[in-house]
Amino acid sequence: MERRDFLSALAAAGLASLPGCGAPAQAALPPGALLGTAIDPAHRLRERNLPPPSATREVPVLIVGAGIGGLSAGWKLAKSGFNDFLMVELEAEAGGNSRSGRNEVSAFPLAAHYLPLPTREATAVRELLAELGVLHGDPRAARPRYDERYLCATPQERLYRNGWWQEGILPHNGVSAAELEQYRRFYALIDAFKQRRDGQRRAFALPMALSSRAPDLLALDRLSMRDWLLAQGLDSPQLHWYVDYACRDDYGTNISEVSAWAGIHYFACRSGEAQDAASDTVLTTPGGNGWLTEGLAQSIKARAGDRLLTGSLVFRVAEEGGRTNVDLWQPEQQRTVRLSAGQLIWAAPLFLVPHVFAGQDTLKLAARSFSYAPWLVANLTLSRFPTDRAGASMAWDNVLYDSPGLGYVVSTHQQMRMRPGTTVFTYYRALSGMSPQQGRAILQETTRKAWADQILTELERPHPDIRQVTTRLDVFRNAHAMARPLPGLIWGQQRALFAADRPRLRFAHADVSGFSLFEEAQYRGVLAAERTLHRLGKSFVTSLS
Amino acid sequence: MNQALLFSVFIVASCGLAYELIAGALSSYLLGDSITQFSTVIGSYLFAMGIGSWLSRYVERNLVARFVQIELMVGVLGGFSAAGLFFIFVWFSTPFKLALYLAVFGIGVLVGLEIPLIMRILKRDLSFKDVVSQVLTFDYLGALAVSILFPLLLVPQLGLVRSGLLFGLLNVLVALWALWLFREPLRNSGWLKTQAFVSLAVLTIGFAAAGQFTSLAEAHLYADEIVYNETSPYQHIVITRWRDDLRLFLNNNLQFSSRDEYRYHEALVHPALATLPGARRVLVLGGGDGLAVREILKYPQIESVTLVDLDPAMTQLFSTAAALRKLNAQALSSPKVRVLNADALKWLEDNDDVFDFVVVDFPDPSNFAIGKLYSAAFYRLLEKHLSAGALAVIQSTSPLYARQSFWCVVATLESVGLVTTPYHALVPSFGEWGFVLAGRRAYQPPAGYSVETRFLTAETTPALFQFAKDMARVDAEVNHLNNQALVRYFEREWRQVIR
Ligand SMILES: Cc1cc2nc3c(=O)[nH]c(=O)nc-3n(C[C@H](O)[C@H](O)[C@H](O)COP(=O)(O)OP(=O)(O)OC[C@H]3O[C@@H](n4cnc5c(N)ncnc54)[C@H](O)[C@@H]3O)c2cc1C
Repeated sequence: MERRDFLSALAAAGLASLPGCGAPAQAALPPGALLGTAIDPAHRLRERNLPPPSATREVPVLIVGAGIGGLSAGWKLAKSGFNDFLMVELEAEAGGNSRSGRNEVSAFPLAAHYLPLPTREATAVRELLAELGVLHGDPRAARPRYDERYLCATPQERLYRNGWWQEGILPHNGVSAAELEQYRRFYALIDAFKQRRDGQRRAFALPMALSSRAPDLLALDRLSMRDWLLAQGLDSPQLHWYVDYACRDDYGTNISEVSAWAGIHYFACRSGEAQDAASDTVLTTPGGNGWLTEGLAQSIKARAGDRLLTGSLVFRVAEEGGRTNVDLWQPEQQRTVRLSAGQLIWAAPLFLVPHVFAGQDTLKLAARSFSYAPWLVANLTLSRFPTDRAGASMAWDNVLYDSPGLGYVVSTHQQMRMRPGTTVFTYYRALSGMSPQQGRAILQETTRKAWADQILTELERPHPDIRQVTTRLDVFRNAHAMARPLPGLIWGQQRALFAADRPRLRFAHADVSGFSLFEEAQYRGVLAAERTLHRLGKSFVTSLS
Repeated sequence: MNQALLFSVFIVASCGLAYELIAGALSSYLLGDSITQFSTVIGSYLFAMGIGSWLSRYVERNLVARFVQIELMVGVLGGFSAAGLFFIFVWFSTPFKLALYLAVFGIGVLVGLEIPLIMRILKRDLSFKDVVSQVLTFDYLGALAVSILFPLLLVPQLGLVRSGLLFGLLNVLVALWALWLFREPLRNSGWLKTQAFVSLAVLTIGFAAAGQFTSLAEAHLYADEIVYNETSPYQHIVITRWRDDLRLFLNNNLQFSSRDEYRYHEALVHPALATLPGARRVLVLGGGDGLAVREILKYPQIESVTLVDLDPAMTQLFSTAAALRKLNAQALSSPKVRVLNADALKWLEDNDDVFDFVVVDFPDPSNFAIGKLYSAAFYRLLEKHLSAGALAVIQSTSPLYARQSFWCVVATLESVGLVTTPYHALVPSFGEWGFVLAGRRAYQPPAGYSVETRFLTAETTPALFQFAKDMARVDAEVNHLNNQALVRYFEREWRQVIR
């Protein structure tokens, strides 16, 4: 620590702890908007009496939803020289949970913000990264080289705990020897899972479909992550906090609810390596995963032209006379359009299936076994970096111990600038630790001002002047942000129904894997496209092995 | 009376702890490494207190008068300790540690004397059991009070110098109070009263003048007269003058001394430019003082120099102030020179101009933000701005004091495919300084210089490229944005030097 920092830390510690001293009486809340949905859009589908279709159009292959799943399906079709498809998307632009926003300061993520170094089996991810020029050399190499601008700059992450920032997220200051021993045992167990092969298959692969099906592993899907830890004799509170943090961060679900298979998957699946980076480095950009959305969209456009129909809400899907009729509502034009599809790739979330599909009772029932985590993301535009408590310096991902939020990422972290200036912090919070219904009720009731105040109060702990430097605070609500991998979902029969191939219908959303990651969404999309090409008798080179 | 004395125990104990904390904080502030500073200061202080307690046995008569004197001495010595140490650090710097431990020792001995004396005074009226229990209770309470108030209120509100003086005043007030309480037995102590009032006056004046003193002391951190002092949004700019020596400090770090800056800037520019007779367009990143530009403009074939410096206050200053214009030979006003105030990184990203010679003169890589300016990603970006036969020169910290850092810059440049030629020169204000030339082709040092120089000659040039054993190449990782290897080397190496 520098001398100056020492004194200012001393001063800051003094000022902030003294009531009435330091922070001036509550600065006014910064302006901003309340975005996203607090209630399930299916309500709108059910409650509206939408007019009958004013036009019908035939489409050989229709993709509903242009998130990563839908875009990846389109990408594979276009790459295989098949251009007779259309993607329809509810929002004004493609990307779903991998969209980014931008203001005069920087681009910033609206949800997904990083991609770990791809595993060896994530062949389609590597193919895409090579196409986008981010992975150099042989895409199948054990340790490829990556474009330095996409590798998260040092320091990648830090944790605020007991008034001090530490490097890394696993708590290490003042942790007892007995707990450290538990950390070691936990990592030894994870390592054994990482090393394990059953035949060709890794115990926990990413994409998950390529994982081993050994019964002892699948049995892990029947208990919670917390129970699994306890069964291993791991009860360290710090370790539990850390694993819980990971589960909330990736699945929006607490350690006591998440399936142990999913919990272990988070730690054991990530085996990607790079020639020019440590293996725990992630790929990220100011706009989070927005670059992947844009890369996919541009790649499709370059090969197949404009294949995207935005502002179109699909509200009815029915198999009629050997074709699938898909009705969509275009609020801007105030009209309903019917698309008569030869093949349908459903790349929208599965919770919509019961509300949208006609017939298909088995699928509808199966879809009801999915539950969804509500999330909140806030983007704070800052006039400058806030003052910081002592310890490790500002990282890309900044986590607060014992806090309802998951911390924030710094959008300008990847920028090469001489002086840090204005920036955008993206704050994350999964409404976990309550039922998703309760979480959605909170999302619906809470005003933006109340959120802003809560978030600023939380961030005030490490950054006493955050209120003074926040010029704007936008809150983005996501009522059904991601499927929750509760015990039984991942290796149960309901999910398997959506992963299966059908004569005219395939599902291509991350939900099909039971949890939401870029690799899963892309795998489902590419797989659906390849199956469709196969049905149509078109030749293609698989991206999946 | 006894209550009053017990209350004075409380005050005396708070003062005692306060001096210890002040010495610890000041030495961590000035010397860094707070753990070592605090533990050695506290250790010596406690040891000295032990000696004081032991010495108390030799005080046999006039207990009260002795107590008053000791209070006055503690008050003055302790009160001025922070100010005095700061003064010594700033003006003489070398004997600081000696002075620190002398002060700590002296105050410790005196404080060690206080409590035994009070106990003996009280013993006249109270039982031993009560004396010990009450005195020690107030002693520890006083310590608690200060240990809480010190970081929360005193340092943030008053600063170290004034906190010290405040406690000095408290000690003197205790002495005055004792004089009043014991006015009967001390009837004939006019001299003692005079001492007390003089101490009071001195400390009060000290307290009132402390603000001025601190800025004076800060000014003297720069040994010479400050002729310019401005805090721009980007940095704190200070220029000092002593006789004909002008010095520029940015955020308290010396950037140049006019006495030997020609060595630095000649070494920065000529080894490259003397081999580039075809060079027309030059880019300077950093270097808002215009001194590198001055050297560049000595070559008549140069058509344009683009200077990109973040801080308009710097370039403004060096294009307007007479003494500075003289120093840079009015380089920034030359019609060939274009001054841009922009973030060099952003400018390189947004622009695709190419240059025949590029000078990269950034601050040393002392934090992650600056570390990015020495990364492989940065050099890849830089390479795009080099014309076919171009050379870039990078100031690369000291190969002697920060050996691995220096060779890390070399390894990083090589990692992006540039051919490097490292060299060094002695700049007395800085020590042995390092530079790296980078280009697409192998470089041959110039056989001579066509422009006027004060430092470089044809004969001494080959020596620039030879590295003595203690600066020779060592293995170093490539500095990537995602490992910041250079900042880690640099921190470690300069910490060893400062120690
Ligand atoms: C807050 C948050 C943070 C995340 N962070 C990460 C991360 O860092 N890394 C990571 O890999 N993953 C992350 N994820 C997971 C992320 O969801 C996936 O990476 C991926 O974006 C999922 O893509 P998808 O196509 O499966 O789903 P979606 O993104 O849900 O795409 C579905 C698309 O269908 C559209 N749609 C829905 N209903 C209809 C309808 N009726 N008609 C027409 N269109 C419709 C939607 O608008 C959307 O565009 C995060 C998710 C959230 C919520």
